[in-house]
Amino acid sequence: MIEAVHNSLGIPILSIVTFLPLAGAAVLLFVRNAGLVRWIALAVTVADFLVSIPILLNFDRTTYHMQFVEHYQWIPSWNITYFMGVDGISVLFVFLAALLGWICVVASWKAIEQKVKEFMISLLVMQTAMIGVFCALDFFLFYLFWEAMLIPMYLIIGVWGGKNRIYAAFKFFLYTLAGSIFMLIGIIVLYFAGGETFDIIALMQQKFSLPVQLWVFLAFFIAFAIKVPMFPFHTWLPDAHVEAPTAGSIILAGVLLKMGTYGLLRFPMAMFPYATSYYAVPIVVLSVIAIIYGGFLALAQTDIKKLIAYSSISHMGFVTLGLFVLNATGIEGGILQMLNHGITTGALFLCIGVIYERTHTRELAAYGGLAKAVPIYTTFLAIFVLSSLAIPGTNSFIGELLIITGAFGFNKVFAGLSIIGAMLGAVYLLGMYKKIALGEVSSHHIREAWDVDGREIAAMAVLALFVFWIGLNSAPFLDIMHVSVNHLIEQMNTVHGYYATIK
Amino acid sequence: METIESIRPLLALFLPLTAAFLILFFQKTPNLRDATSFLAAILTFLIVISMAPVILSGRTIEYTLFNTLPGVPFKFRVDALGMVFATIASFLWIFASVYSVGYMRSAKEHAQTRFFASFSVSIFAAVGGAFAANLFTLIVFYEVLSLVTYPLVYHKETEESWQGSKKYVVYLVGTSKTFLLAAIALTYYITGNLDFSDQGLLANTSASPLLLTVVYICFMVGFSKAAIMPFHAWLPAAMVAPTPVSALLHAVAVVKMGVFSVLRVIFHVFGTKLMAELNLGMATAYVVSFTIIMASVYALTQDNLKRRLAYSTVSQLSYVILGAVLLTPSSMIGGIVHIANHAFSKITLFFCAGSIYCAAHKTEVSQLSGIGRKLPWTMTAFFLASLSMIGVPPAAGFISKWYLVIGSVEAKEIPILIVLLTSTILNAAYFLPITYKAFFEEPNDHHSGGGHGHEGDIKEIPMVAIPLVLTAIISILIGIYPNYFLSLAKEIVIR
Repeated sequence: MIEAVHNSLGIPILSIVTFLPLAGAAVLLFVRNAGLVRWIALAVTVADFLVSIPILLNFDRTTYHMQFVEHYQWIPSWNITYFMGVDGISVLFVFLAALLGWICVVASWKAIEQKVKEFMISLLVMQTAMIGVFCALDFFLFYLFWEAMLIPMYLIIGVWGGKNRIYAAFKFFLYTLAGSIFMLIGIIVLYFAGGETFDIIALMQQKFSLPVQLWVFLAFFIAFAIKVPMFPFHTWLPDAHVEAPTAGSIILAGVLLKMGTYGLLRFPMAMFPYATSYYAVPIVVLSVIAIIYGGFLALAQTDIKKLIAYSSISHMGFVTLGLFVLNATGIEGGILQMLNHGITTGALFLCIGVIYERTHTRELAAYGGLAKAVPIYTTFLAIFVLSSLAIPGTNSFIGELLIITGAFGFNKVFAGLSIIGAMLGAVYLLGMYKKIALGEVSSHHIREAWDVDGREIAAMAVLALFVFWIGLNSAPFLDIMHVSVNHLIEQMNTVHGYYATIK
Repeated sequence: METIESIRPLLALFLPLTAAFLILFFQKTPNLRDATSFLAAILTFLIVISMAPVILSGRTIEYTLFNTLPGVPFKFRVDALGMVFATIASFLWIFASVYSVGYMRSAKEHAQTRFFASFSVSIFAAVGGAFAANLFTLIVFYEVLSLVTYPLVYHKETEESWQGSKKYVVYLVGTSKTFLLAAIALTYYITGNLDFSDQGLLANTSASPLLLTVVYICFMVGFSKAAIMPFHAWLPAAMVAPTPVSALLHAVAVVKMGVFSVLRVIFHVFGTKLMAELNLGMATAYVVSFTIIMASVYALTQDNLKRRLAYSTVSQLSYVILGAVLLTPSSMIGGIVHIANHAFSKITLFFCAGSIYCAAHKTEVSQLSGIGRKLPWTMTAFFLASLSMIGVPPAAGFISKWYLVIGSVEAKEIPILIVLLTSTILNAAYFLPITYKAFFEEPNDHHSGGGHGHEGDIKEIPMVAIPLVLTAIISILIGIYPNYFLSLAKEIVIR
């Protein structure tokens, strides 16, 4: 049933990368000193990041099969297995989650002063759940990791958030829970329709009947569209972002949003090729609306964090646009843009958090002249702003170019419309940068602000490195996903042919 | 055609970029900082010119740095067209770096370190664009140039300069994030790569003529640094920058990046054959003819000297494009050499405007009566450069106009010939009165705003005057010895 799976490293490296943070969290239970807690959390997340590197380096780019596979019986009566593995798509997100993990700890170093231990434990549990989601190949296991993200994220927003944190946390919880219910229904239907198995690989090879395809696709689509979030399911995101502490925002923008698009790619698109092409046009329309509408909303914001939150809706619209134009260029662009958005928006939230620690305000109007007060910080901010608006030479440009090129292959009108969103991005991001960085120093808070310290520079420099690396030399990253994406498209085409004959 | 793998183009980029970091590093020691600029300029020029013999012998130099996308490397390729642009940008940087020191110090400008660092990066971007082997590499440097000149435009940080710089960035980034992005995506969609080729990248594709025409229009609007009307308004707005910026960047590097990119599109993305098949050549010729005439008329009405020069630039840039789109060998040669000829003359004119400002604090044409007696070197240089702009032999401008006129006859386009002649009259009408005023009118003190009461103090500033005299002499000399740029231009046209 399962094709030529292999584990080239010979050690259960995916389990290590997944559960290392959880083990760290367990250790933290017994530590009292807040300083020590921070250092342990940093050490664990850095170690986790280091473990993720050999996964990327040893990844075999020539096959679409799942790699580093671990497969054990777990609950035989329900046919549930412990099944972990990555292909050319998920391996990138395991890496992304591990990269942003230690950056979250750095971002929380001084920002979190209350209940440091509990915060770091939430962060580490969160990381285990996130990496688990990207590795799980058994639906039961996947759902377990998926739900495990809910509680720590709820706590991160609800306990360490801003003034309106309870409202935001509850809204986040309700939206996500609603999505999970749809997904649960979808999983149960698939379990019975697919021969009583939770094995994702086996389910991908099933040919489901048309009604199952069309309905289960919708269930999964709603579950993941809330997570992305796609228009019109986006309203929880700005609230959650504004109230969440910096690390929460980095996780949200950097990894959680990608789970939505990753889920779309892995389940509905891979399992229901017929339904995918059936719904492609409406989804592309929703994406274009998100791109333009999100852009206009971002334009109207006076709170920096809200501005970036709304820009995420627009940028994630590009990702879903790329995925649903259903050609290799668009899908590769979409996947690359998921990675890019994680790096760039994660970095922007880090930047906002860093300056908030110094000035205690996020109002655009209160800022001005940062370039004169904190030049190193402003240089990094400029890099990430330019990356976010997709200036050629930065990572996002490559993604945007691939997505728009792919979109031109799908429909020239939609592609043309999406360019409006690209332009809006330039307007609100450059406008924001000018307002906060240039001109005269606007207040004594800014004059007294201190520039970034060594830890912050390290975090920003690593992210900036990826901005230019992917921006100028994206071939290695595209190579990783290339075979998997081609396989996905092949699968769609052959299965599509099959349904064309039975219709 | 033979290609040579060499790291030299990379070296020519590395120098100005390194210089920018050294300039930031030496911010506490202005002499060392300014010497760095000068030295980097000389070395950059030497590396660029060292590649000239190879290019003139019909070979190209290549260097691939990274693999970016399938079919799209981050790659440099030095050919004749790139050499024209890189030569003028790096050569004129030498004069501009001396001039800037004289100007910035005598005007006691603030933020000089930021100024010189941004200046260096601008040259890095210009040379990078010149040596780009494909559209991707070109637009990377194109955008770097837009962004790094932004601090130079808002340099004074007054309300006026914020307004001007806003317009600047909105026009340049706005057009590139919309039209240029669409053009690049469509080209990549049609061909699957973005390389410049001598036959034209889009030649021999199955795309419909309508689609190709849309791509072409997107390119023309997207490369708005070429300042084709109605996308020219950023250029007069950029005149709020200090004069050395207007001189080297807004008369040479930035605007030439625009026309250079447009020529790349015409010659190496579309190719002259496809341009002719789609009838795009003549359509563009009429649009840029309009720009040539209208910008000259605007220039006539400007009293502010720098704005008059800016509109003159808008007009002259369209000469370059006009030459290219007439698609005859002579007109193309005329257009290409005009990149260089206009650069030497226009930088001289801006240098003069800055010299007048530094010495006498005068910015308006109407204030210039009698200034020639106080600033004889400056105003003589201004006169020589004006002659070149008008196209009087033996000045440089004559060569390009001569080829353009022959080209328009070859193309059998009499209206274009009339445009060229009308424009010459208009050029004379807005340049010669300035010289006349400066030398033959009596100073009228009640007009002379800021300089009033200090008339006796007006004298040439050596570090400002020497570069402008040299560039004026060169703009005559390359009229008498036009061989270098002409042979490069022929090298492009014969392919």
